[in-house]
Amino acid sequence: MKTIQDCLRARILVIDGAMGTMIQRHKLTEADYRGARFADWSTDLKGNNDLLCLTKPELITAIHREYLDAGADILETNTFSSTFIAMADYKMESLAYELNVAAAHCAKKAVEDWYRDNHTSPEETPKFVAGSIGPLNKTLSLSPDVNNPGYRAISFDEVVDAYTEQVRGLLDGGVDLLLIETIFDTLNAKAAIYAIEKLSDETGIPPLPIMISGTITDVSGRTLSGQTLEAFYTSVMHARPLSVGLNCALGAKEMRPHIEELSHLASCYVSAYPNAGLPNAMGEYDENPEDTGHYLEDWARNGWVNIVGGCCGTTPDHIRHIAEHVKTIRPRPLPVLLTTLIETEEA
Amino acid sequence: MSEPTQIKPYLRLAGLEPLVIRPETNFVNVGERTNVTGSKKFARLIRENLYEEALSVARQQVESGAQVLDVNMDDALLDGKQAMVTFLNLLQSEPDIARIPIMIDSSKFEIIEAGLKCVQGKCIVNSISLKEGEEKFLEQARICQRFGASVIIMAFDEKGQADTQARKEAICQRAYDLLTQKLHYAPQDIIFDPNIFAVATGLEEHNNYGVDFIEATRTIKKRMPLTHVSGGVSNLSFSFRGNEPVREAMHAVFLYHAIRAGMDMGIVNAGQLAVYDEIEPQLRELCEDVILNRNNDNNEATEKLITFAETVKAKGKTAVKDEAWRSAPVEDRLKHALIHGITDHIDTDTEEARQKYPKPLDLIEGPLMNGMNVVGDLFGAGKMFLPQVVKSARVMKKSVAWLTPYIEEEKKNNPLAAQGSVPKVLLATVKGDVHDIGKNIVGVVLGCNGYEIIDMGVMVPADKILDKAQEENVNVIGLSGLITPSLDEMVHVASEMKRRGMNQPLLIGGATTSRMHTAVKIDPQYEHGVLHVLDASRSVTVVSSLLNKEQKKEFLSTTCSEYESLRKQFANKDKKNLIPYTDAVTTKEYFDWKKYQPVAPKQKGTQVWKNIDLATIARYIDWGPFFIAWEMPGRYPQVLGDPIYGTEAKKLFADANRLLDRVIKEDWFRAEAVYGFWPAQSNNADTIRVQTEQGEVKLEMLRQQLKKAVGQPTFSLADFVRPEESGGNDFMGGFAVTIHDAQKYIQAFAEVQDEYNKIIVQILADRMVEALAEYLHECVRKDFWGYAAEELLSNEALIREEYAGIRPAPGYPACPDHTEKLKLFSMLDVTENIGITLTESLAMNPPASVCGWYFAHPQSHYFGLGKIKEDQLADYATRKGMSLEEATKWLRTIIE
Repeated sequence: MKTIQDCLRARILVIDGAMGTMIQRHKLTEADYRGARFADWSTDLKGNNDLLCLTKPELITAIHREYLDAGADILETNTFSSTFIAMADYKMESLAYELNVAAAHCAKKAVEDWYRDNHTSPEETPKFVAGSIGPLNKTLSLSPDVNNPGYRAISFDEVVDAYTEQVRGLLDGGVDLLLIETIFDTLNAKAAIYAIEKLSDETGIPPLPIMISGTITDVSGRTLSGQTLEAFYTSVMHARPLSVGLNCALGAKEMRPHIEELSHLASCYVSAYPNAGLPNAMGEYDENPEDTGHYLEDWARNGWVNIVGGCCGTTPDHIRHIAEHVKTIRPRPLPVLLTTLIETEEA
Repeated sequence: MSEPTQIKPYLRLAGLEPLVIRPETNFVNVGERTNVTGSKKFARLIRENLYEEALSVARQQVESGAQVLDVNMDDALLDGKQAMVTFLNLLQSEPDIARIPIMIDSSKFEIIEAGLKCVQGKCIVNSISLKEGEEKFLEQARICQRFGASVIIMAFDEKGQADTQARKEAICQRAYDLLTQKLHYAPQDIIFDPNIFAVATGLEEHNNYGVDFIEATRTIKKRMPLTHVSGGVSNLSFSFRGNEPVREAMHAVFLYHAIRAGMDMGIVNAGQLAVYDEIEPQLRELCEDVILNRNNDNNEATEKLITFAETVKAKGKTAVKDEAWRSAPVEDRLKHALIHGITDHIDTDTEEARQKYPKPLDLIEGPLMNGMNVVGDLFGAGKMFLPQVVKSARVMKKSVAWLTPYIEEEKKNNPLAAQGSVPKVLLATVKGDVHDIGKNIVGVVLGCNGYEIIDMGVMVPADKILDKAQEENVNVIGLSGLITPSLDEMVHVASEMKRRGMNQPLLIGGATTSRMHTAVKIDPQYEHGVLHVLDASRSVTVVSSLLNKEQKKEFLSTTCSEYESLRKQFANKDKKNLIPYTDAVTTKEYFDWKKYQPVAPKQKGTQVWKNIDLATIARYIDWGPFFIAWEMPGRYPQVLGDPIYGTEAKKLFADANRLLDRVIKEDWFRAEAVYGFWPAQSNNADTIRVQTEQGEVKLEMLRQQLKKAVGQPTFSLADFVRPEESGGNDFMGGFAVTIHDAQKYIQAFAEVQDEYNKIIVQILADRMVEALAEYLHECVRKDFWGYAAEELLSNEALIREEYAGIRPAPGYPACPDHTEKLKLFSMLDVTENIGITLTESLAMNPPASVCGWYFAHPQSHYFGLGKIKEDQLADYATRKGMSLEEATKWLRTIIE
């Protein structure tokens, strides 16, 4: 069977688009979120999109399927907030592990159905499931209390515990990759890396390929926790990731210079899945699929990217256009890692 | 298509910014003063929990060129783990320090691990070793690896520290093999510390330590070329403690040779490195002999250096420039701190001075006031600028805050003796007005010039102001206000002063005040001096003239005659220039309504928008007024490059942006908006009829009556909405935006006597709300109303108002009647929806609020109304259902 590395050498892979945007279209009610199992839950559950993997798994699988049909090679599990830290908002801390297993199953099922309906197999047209590891709603480098800049709402060890549980669930659910995404505080991401490596040391099972995707929140090109792009990459490269990239916060237009920079820095593959433009004043994303496709094609032609797709506001239509636009373009070649400081003749 | 990039195996580190160590990097300075074992001062600050000052040690290291910051908390009296965590967490919120990578330094691995958990960047761990065997070594290295840290390996094994060249080389090689083979540690992430030991100790077996290090370094770099070599340099000269010139020379000479052998990193005092070439040749020669162990039989070279050191020591050497002022007498130190705005030592210096002076007040009136007078003089001479003065004031306030309890104590014991002789200035923003940025700046500037400031805040009624003035027996009273109704209130205060028989001079300031208004309306109310003060810099000369008996008389009489001539000028202004209102209405501005296709607003009814993204708003900031508020003339961004103001303007801009970043990241402000669009028609008689959800509302507009050239229209906002008789529909809109919560931070800064940041926050809130109004207007044009969906303008173009449609505010030049704001507030339910309230003068609170009307017609434009005649006033009062008297009150400033 072809590994993801084999696929990445051959072509540009497409990662799926937004899950939240698609869920929104279904105008689910509180009762839909609750299902029978959580009918009497003490808090409001509407908006807990990750929970739908348990209460409406067929809907999540159907959305995954739409993305596969649109041409996505990599699906992200619906687990952005499936940690006991983020789930505390809904008093669902104890469900974190189960949510991750269920989400992996939803995505795997969509892939298996797709193979079956298209009379194909993983050997011919491999599709991959990436376990999505979100940034958490609490950060390790920033104080939530302005009068006490040294205060932290959470500790590194707690974050490692939360991610360890999430990763265990994703692995048990059968994902193919791990995707640490929408990183706005590098220290949170370092805790996720730490958790993955520690788990691997403890179980003796080598870690799955890791994709790392940061978020540049403003035009100055820094993360929310203040790092420049290069500093961010330097701080996570010890994960020896399969890919490093950027997602969210910016539309393709604003993300362009940062992807260019990253393509020169990164010693691994480069991924990019921007939002569908910047949100308009109502908080909606309205870049049309054709435009997104054109932007990403430009990056591909420049030889900057290996994995492309969409984040907030993107839909199967966006993914279809992106896939169409990059399909025949050669991927960015993996950089040559020199092992000596002495200049070679051709350099 | 691009060829594959080649990536070199450089050591890459990161704080907020990256640091790549390339062969040509030469030498990386690791700042050593944030180390409790190496710096007594730093150790004391940490022990006494003075973390803020401890941070300034770190900042000083960065400023003197440290590229990596070594942090060490190994002190028997400290909870090292706790201190490491506290310091590193605090350091993360200081972007100017956190930009460089951290070296986490401890002999206890649990402290290292705790430190690694606090830092997002790629750190260096200093250090681990084979001291406790291979298993422990690999376990610790694996943990460092999971954090992505580079590691310093000390040349130390089960048998002890390596002192000879051979042992150093062997241990480093062994550690390298273990790390690269068992853990696949990246070779470039491995840094060796082959131990720098003291030479010239008098013991012959120590004489070769320098050579051992240098030669081991050479071998290590040859055998393991991707690795790095570091060392703590100050150990070398340990036997010359107290003789800094010789120590610095030894360090420079040692580094010169070690770097050539391959040492690429070192822990040094970044501020104190001598330059090899500039060392006195004889001293350099002697140092080389000692370090390279030449001509050193029977300690000969050592003896020579010791003898020479005595002479150098006697001569001494000027202390490092930056800290030289610390060794001056305490009065000079206070003065220095005041002039340079340094708060670091102000508490200790104040305390030292307090013990020296008989009474705390002597200290205030003596050295502190002397220092502030220098600041005042420099400011007056244009050698210091407002932002610097405000920083000086912060130092003064801190010092006075230290002394206050002692002054209180003294007052208790001896009420008379504690009486000061400092002149007092009372400042207040008048009743009905909430704006106080200018007043605060005046307070700070006068405070810097030796006056005691009694600041009564905002919305202060006249009797409160005057009661306080009499009770405190103040020397001068200053009133401030921004909106037009405040002018009346100032007139009222002046007349009350007369009624009470007061005799202090009255100062008038604030954006709507003017020399003319002061001369015509306020001055006649009060005979002991009413003075319009243009800006904060001017306030100093005015107050000092008023408080000097001889100058005062002359100053007042000059002003008096100046006001007299202004009054004459005002009285003689030819009234012919105004035309009758009935004529003015006929020369209205005509648009071609037949061709005009109004765009129906996309959104209907009142819309509330909360939690508006601060970062987005910040993109719309117009920085021009920010610098004007700080009395830095010139346009933005040109002011940043101004030959006179540029340097300080840049600092100010950087400080403001740093604060703005915090405002955004930490959500200091809450930005909220309410807006709505409605069908509307005008009636050729300056009324606009608006159909709201609650029924019809009539907006009353005012029309220019200035006589203009033939064919030039007399403007009224009513002309920008389609008149009924032209048929067809039209629309207009209204909005209010506000910034909540700024007050909390203004208060917090005020509480720690930080006037500088307080004023910055205050001005930023103003800038942000203006930016929000701009942003909302753009959203309205392009989307919410959508009449200019295709518009594409840069921020500069927005500031130049190059868009279609306008958003004039009730109370401002095109529609100066503040009472129309009441209609706007009820149409949009502004108070209920976003919490802006109106004072009795119709000022909006919070002060950072903006409201206005939206007109969409592409030919609509801003204009100033100018003066109106009694005939329009009467018509307007009837239209509004107001008594003539009340209308006169609200429109006083524009009535002819």
